[in-house]
Amino acid sequence: MTPRPHPGPGTSGTPLADLHTHLTAHLDEPARTWLARALDEAAARSGAHGPISAWELRLAEAGRRCGAEHADAVRVLILHAAQAGPDALTRVYHQGTAAERRAVLHALPHLVTGPEALPLVEDALRTNDTRLVAAAVGPYAARHLDAHNWRHAVLKCLFTGVPVDTVADLHQRARADTELARMLDDYAAERTAAGRPVPEDLHRALALTDSKACKASDASEAKES
Amino acid sequence: MRIFDPHIHMTSRTTDDYRAMYTAGVRAVVEPSFWLGQPRTSPASFLDYFDSLLGWEPFRAAQHGIAHHCTIALNPKEANDPRCTPVLDELPRYLVKDRVVAVGEIGYDSMTPAEDTALAAQLQLAADHGLPALVHTPHRDKLAGLRRTLDVVRESALSPEHVLVDHLNETTVKEAKAAGCWLGFSVYPETKMDEERMVAILRDYGPDQVLVNSAADWGRSDPLKTRKVGDLMLAEGFTEDDVDRVLWRNPVAFYGLSGRLDLEVDATDATHEGNSILRGGE
Ligand SMILES: [Zn+2]
Repeated sequence: MTPRPHPGPGTSGTPLADLHTHLTAHLDEPARTWLARALDEAAARSGAHGPISAWELRLAEAGRRCGAEHADAVRVLILHAAQAGPDALTRVYHQGTAAERRAVLHALPHLVTGPEALPLVEDALRTNDTRLVAAAVGPYAARHLDAHNWRHAVLKCLFTGVPVDTVADLHQRARADTELARMLDDYAAERTAAGRPVPEDLHRALALTDSKACKASDASEAKES
Repeated sequence: MRIFDPHIHMTSRTTDDYRAMYTAGVRAVVEPSFWLGQPRTSPASFLDYFDSLLGWEPFRAAQHGIAHHCTIALNPKEANDPRCTPVLDELPRYLVKDRVVAVGEIGYDSMTPAEDTALAAQLQLAADHGLPALVHTPHRDKLAGLRRTLDVVRESALSPEHVLVDHLNETTVKEAKAAGCWLGFSVYPETKMDEERMVAILRDYGPDQVLVNSAADWGRSDPLKTRKVGDLMLAEGFTEDDVDRVLWRNPVAFYGLSGRLDLEVDATDATHEGNSILRGGE
């Protein structure tokens, strides 16, 4: 009944070894044992359980085995251990709960080098679930989303209250983007005309579109995959 | 008063309902998959519906401070349509998901052979997946329907302590209790039970194993009926502890049999998203 912070945030920008270390330190003994076995099964890609492979079953039950706050990180590690490629990731995403879909989005920069998984990012950006929207604008989207869809993703974050700091590589991609600047200006004008406040994040994003606003050194922080 | 509505179809309700429910004390709900009013014609529309019960609806509930869980099944009415029955083959991949806390709602509608088959198959699925079952009793020919339901439960691999028999009333409660099942009562504005009759049944049978729900859906129904029953219980001399048992601890105990209840509410406030364990957030 008590609110808890969002489970496993930011996993797409975290090296997998660090995720594993963090989990080992925070999971209780039964969960640690469960995770070790799940990762072995995923690596072996064996142990069919009826119509569902064992590693996909582990993916589904990660929340109740390890706690919702660790589920994102656990699922990313299982997907990585299974070496899930675009086909498997697409299947897991479409057959997944919102929590599993979020984990797939976090796993993309770790597992897919090309743009093949972009339809999953675009699917998540069409939702109004802020947890999915936030997971969609990670390093994979920064690397592969085309300019039009990327600008709409930034705008969607402003509309739905996802902090623009969640957008990976925002500094670098926003710089000198005059079209993004126009869209943000128009949105600010619309808010003002309606007598509603302009979100502080909008001003921040707008400032970043200035070609002189961002030094190269500022842009390096979200580059990790 | 903390309230767990163990049977409510939030997909059919508005955000105003969520707000009013929270104000009334509702902190957790279970949404059983059921008939949508308009018959479905293919398994695909069931899958979109199940996905919504595991995606959009829990998100909506969390925005209002309410923990959302669901039960998954092919409902008895649509079990009679051969265009829908292939969805039975898709159920296993849903029954392993987090927050799926029972198989349901299953049971009888018109007591046909197709309903026999679907009920027995889904009780077996519940046993196979370590889940309890939410079994409703039919609206028409209720007592005969209850007896037939209890017969099928007895023949199943699921023990009666893992079965919640719902939509009970004065004519069916005794036999359901004798069978050892959990006892569910839906309190409606006009049909099913009302608050006064509910309190009378609680007086006669005690609060043991009793769950009260609003079963609110797209029909004439009231998502605050749980609270109204709690208020009337207190006015009629039941203790706070009795109310808490019926409106919170009993549903927690029953759905807790799944091992998948998670009563904390995710903060959907996206400001938490910016944290990462590398940037110092734990
Ligand atoms: Zn119902």
